[in-house]
Amino acid sequence: MSLTFNEKLFDDLKDGYRKWKDTVERLFASKPERLARFSTVSDREVKSLYSPADTRDQDFIRDLGFPGEYPFTRGVQPSMYRGRLWTMRMFAGLGSANDTNERFHLLVKEGQTGLSTAFDMPTLMGYDTDSPKARGECGKCGVAIDTLRDMEDLFDGLPIDKITTSMTINPPASVIWAMYVAMAEKRGIDRKIIGGTIQNDMLKEFIAQKTFMCPPKPSVRVIADTVEFGTNEVPRWNTISISGYHIREAGSTAVQELAFTLADGIAYTQAAIDRGLDVDDFAPRFSFFFNSHLDFFEEIAKFRAARRMWAKIMKERFKAKDPRSWWLRFHTQTAGCSLTAQQPYNNVVRTSLQALAAVMGGTQSLHTNSLDEVLAIPTEEAATIALRTQQIIAEESGVTNTIDPLGGSYFVEALTNELEEEAFDIIGKIDDMGGMLAAIEKNYPQQEIADAAYHYQRQIDEKQKTVVGVNKYVTEEDIPVEILEIDEELEKQQIEKTDRIKQERDNKRVNECLERVREACEGDQNVMEPLIEAVKSYATLQEVCDVFRQVFGEYRDPGIY
Amino acid sequence: MVHKRRIRVMVAKPGLDGHDRGARIIARAYRDAGFEVVYSGLHQTPEEIVEAAIQEDVDMIGLSSLAGAHRYLFPRTVELLREKGADDIVVCGGGIIPEEDIPALKEVGIKQVFTPGTPLDVIVKWVEDNVKPR
Repeated sequence: MSLTFNEKLFDDLKDGYRKWKDTVERLFASKPERLARFSTVSDREVKSLYSPADTRDQDFIRDLGFPGEYPFTRGVQPSMYRGRLWTMRMFAGLGSANDTNERFHLLVKEGQTGLSTAFDMPTLMGYDTDSPKARGECGKCGVAIDTLRDMEDLFDGLPIDKITTSMTINPPASVIWAMYVAMAEKRGIDRKIIGGTIQNDMLKEFIAQKTFMCPPKPSVRVIADTVEFGTNEVPRWNTISISGYHIREAGSTAVQELAFTLADGIAYTQAAIDRGLDVDDFAPRFSFFFNSHLDFFEEIAKFRAARRMWAKIMKERFKAKDPRSWWLRFHTQTAGCSLTAQQPYNNVVRTSLQALAAVMGGTQSLHTNSLDEVLAIPTEEAATIALRTQQIIAEESGVTNTIDPLGGSYFVEALTNELEEEAFDIIGKIDDMGGMLAAIEKNYPQQEIADAAYHYQRQIDEKQKTVVGVNKYVTEEDIPVEILEIDEELEKQQIEKTDRIKQERDNKRVNECLERVREACEGDQNVMEPLIEAVKSYATLQEVCDVFRQVFGEYRDPGIY
Repeated sequence: MVHKRRIRVMVAKPGLDGHDRGARIIARAYRDAGFEVVYSGLHQTPEEIVEAAIQEDVDMIGLSSLAGAHRYLFPRTVELLREKGADDIVVCGGGIIPEEDIPALKEVGIKQVFTPGTPLDVIVKWVEDNVKPR
């Protein structure tokens, strides 16, 4: 059954529209429209009015469908938030494993329903705290992890058999995941029941987030190892969080975020298939991660377009048979880059609107930024307000009473269609280049992002785009906000802790384990089991990552601007 | 006839921080303003930055840090320039730098710190007014 617009009604509409346009034009003759151009933050022009004419070719069953049914435009689950709310999963990490463990406990006590781990720069890049490259960085933007002992301390007292854990880690994701699995097993928790996500998306690192160790090809090989291992050994684990968040934070438009993310997903799907896995065996455990940025409706349309596009890609391009392979399940984070250092309390408002968009767009999981996030790692108070934002949306706003509340909106459906069409065009371009790996080598996504970022900055500087508190409604005095500080002594303490572990462990065993990791890297054996053995012997993160670097080589930033 | 040499600026990313959106935008703005620009790329140690700055004969280094390690990285860069006798190179900073950290940075020789939201033309003008070809 299709509900299309009949011709007579459409003719009435055309006449009515003409009359209305004339009225409006007469008004603007004496007093012009507020702005020369009305556009989204991505600079997409928006019309003053949308009507049935904009969705006249829409077929409900073909283009929207019911929730939980192909093409999933209205949501991946049949009952969405009526059955279960999204996971409230606050990204957290600071200082030592003990410091972060404390923050984890606080957030769970305040009502979050999933764990999410932020690591410090040395950990993200596969270095130990005592590396000369790590000077001054320990614990500053996340938790410092050098060995399995830190992982054990990090999750102390937390029910990881009942709660899922996300870990934002990329080049050394396999090693950190090995530590998590080892930590669980040491607690008597079987790898078959632990649930969570490793971000593990190196393609977007080369494009946007820029944490790297090894070049693209071997990075993708290791990712394929993790996908294979997850498929066979850790069935409740999302092995990749195919991310658009960072692409957007680096300055891309909404369409670019959508297109590059799904193109990355296509590349990973192909890599796993080339490994010999059946698409229906691993695709249900791919997950996604999007940004929720300033333009409310553009973001909602983006999430809906993403679901429909991925469903089509999985079903038509990769011939997946299992409906779970067609699902685009995603985590969302509100846009860090939209927050301001000036008048920081305004950020609570920004985050609220962005969180609302994510919920109205049907996210499975959500992190809300804190008001002080532009200045430092969030304080407990600021993080709690951010969590309360989600709880208020869930319990008080009423938007969760019905599924896909904006479905059928002329504007939102038109926008969803536009984003899908343009994003598929970009994916086509990337296909013509030979896929995402080739596109990255050609610097295509990197340059697109740099251009979009510069264009947006120019618009702000020329006041074509308003940033409240920064280029409009500026106040002279600084509004004081308490900022969290990381103890400078921590670096020394962490180095001492790791040194003690290095002395106490069986170093002969460590060397044997590292040798086995090397053999796996040099050959085609899956690296995960050797990694688990290595971390159990208390090899450090860097000791293992150095093996990767030695075998696969190191990647250097090409320095494009 | 005296040829006025163009100002040579290095935009640098010290430490492991990979947030380069701002640094790259500023590099482009400097280029558009007519400066000669050297962009260091990511993951440079202070040692590497200073060596490159001297080799490239720059007049100013702009250090960008958004991951919290500026308290060590920025002063270390100034210290190394002094050791190498190149402390006539002006050093500025930008990124996520809490207001309370700025006095200490200025005390060790960071000439100016550009905090979030500073318009590009304000930064460019500051360089034009405060940085001379060496």
